[in-house]
Amino acid sequence: MAPGRQSTANPDREKPPRAVVGSQVGHDEKMFGAAFDGHVVRRFAGFLVPYRRRLAVAVGSVLVYTASQISIPLVIRHAIDDALIAGSNRELLELVVMTFFAVIGVNYLTNFLQEIIVGRVAERILIDLRRAMFEHLQRVGLSFMDKTEVGRMMSRLQGDVNAMQEFLENSVFAVGDFVLLIGIMAVLLTLDWQLGLLTLSVVPILFFVRIVWLPYARKSFVRARETVSTANGALAEAIHGMRTVQGMTRETVNFDLYDEKATDNLRANLSSSRFAQVMVPIVDFLTGGAMAIVIVVGGSMVLSQRLDLGVMVAFLFYVQRFFDPIRSLTMQYSVMQRAMASGQRAFEVLDVPLDIKDKPDAQAPAEIDGSVEFQNVNFGYAPDQPVLRNVSFRIEPGETVALVGPTGSGKTSTTSLAHRFYDVWEGQILVGGIDVRDLTQASLGRHVAMVLQEPFLFTGTVFENIRYRTTEATREGVEAAARAVGAHDFITRLPQGYDTPLEQRGSNLSLGQRQLLSFARAIVADARVLILDEATANIDSHTEMLIQRALARLLEGRTGLVIAHRLATVRGADRIIVLQDGEIIETGNHDQLVEHGGLYAKLYSMNYASFDDVPDELVRQVLSSTSAT
Amino acid sequence: MRIIRLALKHRWRVAIAFVTTIVAANFQLLIPQFLGQAVDFAHGLLAGGPGSEEEAEAALLTTAFMLLGASILRGGFTMLHNYLGESVGHLVGYGLRLAYYEKLQRLSFGFYDRVHTGDLITRGLLDLEGVRFFFNAGMVRLVLLANLIGIGSFLVISADTVLGLLALSFVPFVAWRSSTARLKLRKMWRLLQERMSELSLIMDENLGGIRVVRAFAAQDHEMGKFDIASERALDMANQRIGVRVRNTTAMTFAYFIAMGLVLWFGGLKVIDGEISVGKLAEFLAFMTILQMPVRQLGMMVNAFARASTCGARLFEVLDLEPSIRNAPDAPDLKVTDGVLRFEDVDFAYRDATGDERVLKGVNFKVGPGQVLGIVGPPGSGKSTIAHLIPRFYDVGGGRITIDGQDIRNVKLESLRRAVGVVQQDTFMFTASIENNVAYGDPWADGERIARANRAAQLHDYVNRLPMGYETLVGERGVSLSGGQRQRLSIARSVMLKPSFLVFDDSTAAIDAATEQRIRAALKDTTQDRATIIISHRLSSLMHAHEILFIEDGRVVERGSHEELIAAGGRYRELYMLQLKPADGEER
Repeated sequence: MAPGRQSTANPDREKPPRAVVGSQVGHDEKMFGAAFDGHVVRRFAGFLVPYRRRLAVAVGSVLVYTASQISIPLVIRHAIDDALIAGSNRELLELVVMTFFAVIGVNYLTNFLQEIIVGRVAERILIDLRRAMFEHLQRVGLSFMDKTEVGRMMSRLQGDVNAMQEFLENSVFAVGDFVLLIGIMAVLLTLDWQLGLLTLSVVPILFFVRIVWLPYARKSFVRARETVSTANGALAEAIHGMRTVQGMTRETVNFDLYDEKATDNLRANLSSSRFAQVMVPIVDFLTGGAMAIVIVVGGSMVLSQRLDLGVMVAFLFYVQRFFDPIRSLTMQYSVMQRAMASGQRAFEVLDVPLDIKDKPDAQAPAEIDGSVEFQNVNFGYAPDQPVLRNVSFRIEPGETVALVGPTGSGKTSTTSLAHRFYDVWEGQILVGGIDVRDLTQASLGRHVAMVLQEPFLFTGTVFENIRYRTTEATREGVEAAARAVGAHDFITRLPQGYDTPLEQRGSNLSLGQRQLLSFARAIVADARVLILDEATANIDSHTEMLIQRALARLLEGRTGLVIAHRLATVRGADRIIVLQDGEIIETGNHDQLVEHGGLYAKLYSMNYASFDDVPDELVRQVLSSTSAT
Repeated sequence: MRIIRLALKHRWRVAIAFVTTIVAANFQLLIPQFLGQAVDFAHGLLAGGPGSEEEAEAALLTTAFMLLGASILRGGFTMLHNYLGESVGHLVGYGLRLAYYEKLQRLSFGFYDRVHTGDLITRGLLDLEGVRFFFNAGMVRLVLLANLIGIGSFLVISADTVLGLLALSFVPFVAWRSSTARLKLRKMWRLLQERMSELSLIMDENLGGIRVVRAFAAQDHEMGKFDIASERALDMANQRIGVRVRNTTAMTFAYFIAMGLVLWFGGLKVIDGEISVGKLAEFLAFMTILQMPVRQLGMMVNAFARASTCGARLFEVLDLEPSIRNAPDAPDLKVTDGVLRFEDVDFAYRDATGDERVLKGVNFKVGPGQVLGIVGPPGSGKSTIAHLIPRFYDVGGGRITIDGQDIRNVKLESLRRAVGVVQQDTFMFTASIENNVAYGDPWADGERIARANRAAQLHDYVNRLPMGYETLVGERGVSLSGGQRQRLSIARSVMLKPSFLVFDDSTAAIDAATEQRIRAALKDTTQDRATIIISHRLSSLMHAHEILFIEDGRVVERGSHEELIAAGGRYRELYMLQLKPADGEER
């Protein structure tokens, strides 16, 4: 680990570097759970219900398939005993051979059925489960999403779902293995119970050996999986942070650190291979032993005519097939453990409560008047930490209101609430005179458009990004929107104009250009209410000039709630609301507020281009001086 | 096949694996013979053959021991060759893993602009696994199967030509099916992989852009995108399952038909007295041995198809030559005077068409103690300048020199150590704040780290955290605000004391007063080095010795703040807008 920070001044290359790659946090995401978790199994069963008929056919096929597997040595036994030894009977032989062909025909058919049904149903269920999780995430409140990393959620949507698929496929075949084991035992005992018992005596030995072996082996398998996930985590981090890695020439250090993790993984893999393979000679020894028993004991029984030769042959065939189901059944255990751990995580996602959902009788009016009203709103993210206190204001249809105030005063929360990203603690918010909780979220989204602080673009062309959800938007409409925000010029200069594909999240555009596209997107959505959340913060002055002009046109006939940074924007607003510590302290137009001589006037007089540039100390000074007067 | 060549690095292991495979196969092939013998001993007496019961029992006992011995030896050798085969897989996987990582570290920014990070991660995770799995599951087993069939066919055909041929009659069919299936599956794996990537991309973007999705109430639209991608992936997965299942079941069926034929014609031969019952049992037992490998052949074909697809995807990256690398025998950069020069620098991003130059004939010079400011509209090429200095990209025309040395002719590492770029997007590694600040010099002592943090105005904040410098940041740690991240990034660069310090719009999220304090604190450290400040906030660079106004890739105005204001051009326009809003244009 990193040495203490009081260490000597001279960097000493002998000591380990103060460096790590990948996550150093312990595995808070368990890879293996209990082998059986009732909750997970019940929830998972719910996903099987739509496919119960097909699954029933699959299980049926597995059973018939297993039966046909078991009966093949029996048919051979009859061939030997009845057709070859008893009477050298050609017709009987042909009959037995025909039976054999019938059996393998059934075997083929059921084999095909079980594999294809299980494979396809498992894929289907995988998709269903993933879809359910994804859809749920679309409805879960932002307070949950804020706390959740995208990467971790993705590993649930992919890795964990895949583990469930593996489990499902395996469990159907496990039924087959189990039946095969029981079937072979039953047949052996029926054919000759004494020889059967004797032969089966090796089974407890095998079970015993495996029970001793399993805990060690499992530890080594778990270790192999953990080390690979650690190494992969480090790789993913390297890929994401590569620009920094290269900028800081950390390549050599990182390579060595990564090599350590890769070597750990190699060692763990080799050790788990050793554990897996050490079983092979044991199983072979026991198989050989069982066959030797059949040969010696069965052979002498044949000699003393207490056993048919065909039965002995059948025994030999069964013994060769005997250990496969035992092997795969014991392997099921770790698949189960993995599936349960994954299932827990997958269903955890599905169990996240929906704190914001449509009321059953929620309205979806086609038109609203565009007014926005906050009535005595109290709100916070964590209990006991209110962010907004008793906030009340009304924005008339068509009016533009600028929200200003120092960082942390509650501006962003106010805009988030108007879109019902969160629900208020107390009071209510009305859009078009209707409580936002009485509107469907879809209709609220249609009437209230939003431009966020960070422009976020999706993979696709420029055109698709501007159009986004409004798929009915025409080419002309999109172009008009782009013109309105002054984005048309740079778009047409792109290699393929509006059809230029955006590289990941628009990294082939500058921040300002991305911002412009997100503006155009809001225009295409054509809502009555437009919320601009710190949208101008990252735009340079040149682009901002374009936007200032566009904004005026954009807000014509629309209600605007703008978190403004630039004074130019603030001054253009019909009304200004000044927030401080979650409370409205001043409201009025620019001239009125300047005349009033409060916080706004003081901040304005300091000649900062943006209120965010005003240092916190100054704000505090101003506030204390205003309250003093 | 290239992935097979990878195994040649471990040729001794591979060789021993092959030898042990052959030995194991031979012991395995002995087993049916012993079984046949045993059946014949047991049956011989019954059928009135010579010898007494005691003799027969003794023979049975011998056979049983031989069989047990053969089983044990087979088991031992199988363990060896399986382990060796798997270890080759692990070693090849390890080698590929390191090679991939190493290559990624050397590929230049141009590559990362083009390629989706998710795709690179998939290659490193799934494709690597696919290749490794092939060596575990496929290679050695394929040899085993070839051996069993090769030696086995010699044995059975020499024992009885007709029966032997019948017993092997399924082999050509299986060979044909598996080779055609391999081609089909290979294509399908590739398509499936691509479609899965599309699906992940949609989910990843949706979760990353969740606020946009919510803001536009676009959940249904997003579900639509998800469903389309998901159905496309499902369709491919189903096709793949179809091919796989049709193949494996047909192969098993063919095998059983051959067994039925052996039973039939063998039975007839026994009736005709041409062979003994034991011989027939031997043939059937031989076929039983083949059952497992034949079933696994389908899996092997699948693994092989997957491995070649995965391998191809990995090699696509491994074969790339980094466009930016050290010239042969490049010397270390020697910073003597500390003067950086842009001489007629042109630049265009690689996929640009026509005259898409981002920079056109840019000239400037900055020396120790000097500050150069660069300002201009978005897309004007400001950030590109920052990226050219540490050679994240190479210039298209002209050259960049440091004390007369073209930066393309010196060692990349020495150049990048001399140049510190505080980047626009700050990446936090999942590690303590201390480790993040010391990222460029992990051997730095605590005092230096603290000093850099003090300069970046981050020290007090860090000390207020309960865990102080040990606080974990990044994906799984506490999240820092944009301004804090930028300050950390400044500390990170400053700590390295580079000769050239470039701020690439890296104070946008820091308030003006804090920025002022940072600048004051850096004064000592920057007085003998060159500083370039790229910003759209004029207050950040007003104090620069020279300011360049860049538009459309060209320097359109240059001079000191006072000169530019006096000139009354674009710079002044911007200044009026930013700092004198009251006098700005009325709307």
